[in-house]
Amino acid sequence: MTDIQASMDVLPGLDPRAPLLQINDLHVEFRTRDGVAKAVNGASFRLSPGETLAILGESGCGKSVTAQAIMGILESPPGHITRGEVRYRGVDLLKLPEHERRKVRANKIAMIFQDALSALNPVYTVGFQLAELFRAHRGMSRADAKNRAIGLLDQVRIPAARARINDYPHQFSGGMRQRVMIAMALALDPEVLIADEPTTALDVTVQAQIMSLLAELQRQRNMGLILITHDMGVVADVADRISVMYAGRVIEEAPVYDIYARPAHPYTRALLESIPRLDLKGHQLTAIRGLPPVLTDIPSGCAFNPRCRYAKDPCLQDPPPPAYAIAPHRTARCHFFREVLGE
Amino acid sequence: MFRYIVRRLLQMILTFFGATFVVFALMFANQDDPIQALAGEKPVSASLRAALTERYHLDEGFLSQYWYYMSNLLTGDLGVTLTGRDISALLAEAWPRTLQLSLMAIVLAAVLAVTAGVWSAIRRGGALDNGILAFTLLLLAMPIVVLAPVAQLVFGMELGWFPATASREISFYTLMLPAIVLATTVVATQLRVTRTSVVENLRADYVRTARAKGLTPRRVTWVHVLRNSLIPVITLIGVDLGTLMSGALVTEEVFNIPGVGFNLARGIRNEDGPLVVGFVSILVIVFLVVNLIVDLLYAALDPRIRYE
Ligand SMILES: Nc1ncnc2c1ncn2[C@@H]1O[C@H](COP(=O)(O)OP(=O)(O)O)[C@@H](O)[C@H]1O
Ligand code: SF4
Ligand SMILES: [Mg+2]
Repeated sequence: MTDIQASMDVLPGLDPRAPLLQINDLHVEFRTRDGVAKAVNGASFRLSPGETLAILGESGCGKSVTAQAIMGILESPPGHITRGEVRYRGVDLLKLPEHERRKVRANKIAMIFQDALSALNPVYTVGFQLAELFRAHRGMSRADAKNRAIGLLDQVRIPAARARINDYPHQFSGGMRQRVMIAMALALDPEVLIADEPTTALDVTVQAQIMSLLAELQRQRNMGLILITHDMGVVADVADRISVMYAGRVIEEAPVYDIYARPAHPYTRALLESIPRLDLKGHQLTAIRGLPPVLTDIPSGCAFNPRCRYAKDPCLQDPPPPAYAIAPHRTARCHFFREVLGE
Repeated sequence: MFRYIVRRLLQMILTFFGATFVVFALMFANQDDPIQALAGEKPVSASLRAALTERYHLDEGFLSQYWYYMSNLLTGDLGVTLTGRDISALLAEAWPRTLQLSLMAIVLAAVLAVTAGVWSAIRRGGALDNGILAFTLLLLAMPIVVLAPVAQLVFGMELGWFPATASREISFYTLMLPAIVLATTVVATQLRVTRTSVVENLRADYVRTARAKGLTPRRVTWVHVLRNSLIPVITLIGVDLGTLMSGALVTEEVFNIPGVGFNLARGIRNEDGPLVVGFVSILVIVFLVVNLIVDLLYAALDPRIRYE
């Protein structure tokens, strides 16, 4: 019987006082027949225990790829991490050999996917897929693992857990299936949970239930939660901080209140203006004009410049805008953030 | 599930009567003079002719002949061949041999196809994958009527690794070469289907989940991917049964194995109607039952399939 918990603590360089998760200057590219798609171009952020960081951005801006790079489950080829660090408690996961890396997954950093129906294996019962974690990582007996699986289904409030453990994924409703995914991610008590659009595939009422379940479990366990979404409406209630991504970069990062009150980047501002709001009923919604850049051919200078209504000459020149520190805990990659803030 | 099986059994009865009727019609209705065919060149005396006509109901219509035959068959009496041998006894002797041969071929083909198919899929584009591709193309281009005698010549006679024929005693060892030859008729397609299926499944979302769970690549492939990938392969194995049966006919001929195919080939050559119809009837039953088993196996493998 291998005790992963014990061997994790001797992971070389592990420092309990170091930040829980810190991503520095992450670069990911996909080398395909159509050229090199630069999906992530220097993403950086950090996460503390008990904190919820929302990663926000249009579809295709590199959110899922970033998450997969952190988990180490990027499909490679074609995906390659060309630069950067993923530090968990001070240890750069990108430098770990695969067998050490594997112990981090699910044990320390776990992930939930968007579409639970396709993310669960259709030919095994949910009980098997949950118990498998305890058997593979903790070397538990079949019976013990099964009992733990039942306990997990109870925790995510699936009714009649003991009976449902023998059901297959297709026998659950969409919301219940996502609960199974959550149970699976939380099985080994990870310190970090990455939820990649966990409610996008669900209808609105179920969305709210799943979000509040996630928030509650996170509070109980004091986990760090990375919540990936393209929907600004979803994150307002649960997130502590927001990182807005555009073309594989974090273009603005701020506490959630500040970003809603006073966005510092034209893109964030445009995103906010495009969500329907009750207090602005009757106003015309302004969709962001133009399309996100083609990742094989990202514009020089600020990647947002072809769509930006503040754009001026310096925006077309390389290097792209740096992460200006505009306040404590706030950065924005825009040369003209003062103008956007309305100062 | 129960209702499904009952419905399938009813369908099988219809298919059974349809198939035997066609074979019966082809063998009997088309003969000018079956008694003369039986006697060959010799003249047939009037009394013998009368006796044979009586025994096979030759003076009655075709439909009542079929009826007599079927009612005998269903009571377990398959009659005798034109040369006077008991068909039930022949069948009882022939089936175990053919069964052993086919089972060996199916297992050989499936094990090779699945292992090589999975490896090929994991290492796609590599030397191993390309080697396996070339090998399957070669097999697909090689009909069994060529392969069987060539294998017999090379491995049986020249190299002497296996016995060249199996007529005297049937054993695992004597059936090895024929089983390998028979397996070649289906292994190539099964391998290609396995490979394609595994490649497709490796891209599936649930594989990403399995990796995110920190499972070893070995477990991801052989537990998560394999079971999903086998679903189309099982269907194919069911379809391949027909190929295997016609292949068994050639193989048993070449390697002199007195099994079902061997007897059937001889019956056809000698225009021995009772023998052919008796053997084909049982063959049809076996074919239908095995197909039902394959379909049930398919449902066992894929829980999303529910037979109603
Ligand atoms: N397996 C892959 N092969 C090639 N390109 C990929 C692959 N996965 C992602 N990409 C590229 O990375 C970009 C970002 O994808 P993704 O991170 O999934 O976006 P999102 O922000 O919507 O989650 C996509 O636009 C696509 O071009
Ligand atoms: S740097 Fe220029 S183009 Fe980019 S967001 Fe700011 S104003 Fe717009
Ligand atoms: Mg995504």
